[in-house]
Amino acid sequence: MKIVVCIKQVPDTTEIKLDPVTGTLIRDGVPSIMNPDDKGGLEFALQLKDQYGAHVTVITMGPPQAEAILREAYAMGVDRAILLSDRKFGGADTLATSNTIAAALRSLEFDLLITGRQAIDGDTAQVGPQIAEHLDLPQVTYVESLTFDGNKTFTVKKSMEDGYQMVQVDTPCVFTALASGVKPRYMSVRGIVEAYNHPIETWTYNDITVDDQKIGLNGSPTRVFKSFTKGVKAAGQIYEVDPAEAVDIIIGKLKEKFII
Amino acid sequence: MDKAQYKNVYVFVEQREGVIQNVGLELLGKARELADALNEKVYAMLLGHDLTTQAQECIAYGADTVLRVDAPELATYVTEPYAQAIYQIIRDNKPSIVLIGATTIGRDLGPRLSARVETGLTADCTGLEISEERDLLMTRPAFGGNLMATIICKEHRPQMSTVRPGVMRMGQRDENRKGTIEDVKINFDKSKFRVRVLETVKQTKNLVDITEAHVLISGGRGVGNAEGFDMLRAMANTIGAEVSASRAMVDAGVLGHERQVGQTGKTVRPDLYFAMGISGAIQHLAGMEESEYIIAINKDKFAPIFNVADLGIVGDVRKIVPLLTEKLKR
Repeated sequence: MKIVVCIKQVPDTTEIKLDPVTGTLIRDGVPSIMNPDDKGGLEFALQLKDQYGAHVTVITMGPPQAEAILREAYAMGVDRAILLSDRKFGGADTLATSNTIAAALRSLEFDLLITGRQAIDGDTAQVGPQIAEHLDLPQVTYVESLTFDGNKTFTVKKSMEDGYQMVQVDTPCVFTALASGVKPRYMSVRGIVEAYNHPIETWTYNDITVDDQKIGLNGSPTRVFKSFTKGVKAAGQIYEVDPAEAVDIIIGKLKEKFII
Repeated sequence: MDKAQYKNVYVFVEQREGVIQNVGLELLGKARELADALNEKVYAMLLGHDLTTQAQECIAYGADTVLRVDAPELATYVTEPYAQAIYQIIRDNKPSIVLIGATTIGRDLGPRLSARVETGLTADCTGLEISEERDLLMTRPAFGGNLMATIICKEHRPQMSTVRPGVMRMGQRDENRKGTIEDVKINFDKSKFRVRVLETVKQTKNLVDITEAHVLISGGRGVGNAEGFDMLRAMANTIGAEVSASRAMVDAGVLGHERQVGQTGKTVRPDLYFAMGISGAIQHLAGMEESEYIIAINKDKFAPIFNVADLGIVGDVRKIVPLLTEKLKR
């Protein structure tokens, strides 16, 4: 079995802080990480490698420094790593991104494609299903766990707000994985040492077959019209008082608001 | 593309086991506003099997026309049959705008459709309005909610967006509203039905919908653990509130994900929101800052939660909450 996992390098948004004076984002020094849901998806793939000897390829689209997460993936145990990087891919919205990645995937053989459900920098959850559509493959999103029959059928637990579904699908297919469903393995010491000996293949625009009107900024139906920071709310009242007095203040407000 | 051919505002009205999901009704209300601004019509796309009175509900909440697709293939949501049905409607009717609820179903369906139609899809919009050029301005939070970005899909139609449950306000139900119901027949290509649903399991733990609560008492790291949340529950019981949590507490397993407030949880806008021992990471603020009134209690007077609080108490929740509960009981 051959598995391809799409991963993305993202800023660790849990580390993003606000400047308390200006209310703006402090982006400096925010570490970059492998997107958590993608890492969950990678763990699913590596478990299939452990059980069934699957061959696992990771692919990412991003700037040259995205190589870091490919090295990390090697250290976790993948067999091949591809970096899709070209200025022509830049400025892409989700549709253009999915066109680019789908084009690259057309030159790879695989039985299973896994992406994360969503990336923490955009939270759109769109690229996985869009790739599946471009490649005319069935999709199962929000995958919490999966089992394989060793032949070609996956039984998958798909999470929903009000419960879950058990679904079955045959290869080739696309899953979008939830980080909460699985605990990604740590990089092994040997893996870390060897990660730098493995090749990272870099694919540019010239290495894939794609209509340049469907990628990058040109291929993006959506554009940012404007961006702005939220209007600052009128300052609230802050009290630094002992607990008993605090309770009286709260009770007073609850009465004023007719909660009690 | 000739944009002039594309008209009217379409809403995918999601139903589960025959029950229309609130987000569908919320979107009908928003679609009504947009359609009125454009002087166009609101179309509800209602898909399912053995449908009964749901179409009338869509009209009562703002639809001019309900396109009803009743077929056994649509009894339970599966990506491909639903995508085929909506795709056929879009292809035949050429909507200008398509709105979809950002539920696990809408977020599965929306991107699949946008790729099939080859148009843009803006996720998790918090604001939708019509520009002077009659384009849809889709505003969504970026970078965890601090920065807002307004997205436009100028040269492609339809303009598609998803909206999370609870973000738009539901309109008034008016059972005297008039509208038409059209039954639509879909020519399914069943060879593409490759995902088989074995079973759909409802879990009661997920039944609580914190987006419906009028008062939410939300706990974070400062509440600490399960005992801390027992304390919040005791308080909640005195005023009929629901308990929710920040991501940290959900990740720690203290509360289920269905009670998580924030960017990766739910967006809530209750009448009153208590932020108990929540520092206010921007991801959390994104999910609750639209609440009518916010009371925050935190030990750290520099905690960002105080920037959005209407009433802030610098202090220890573990001391204040039990006292408050006692007083509320009386």
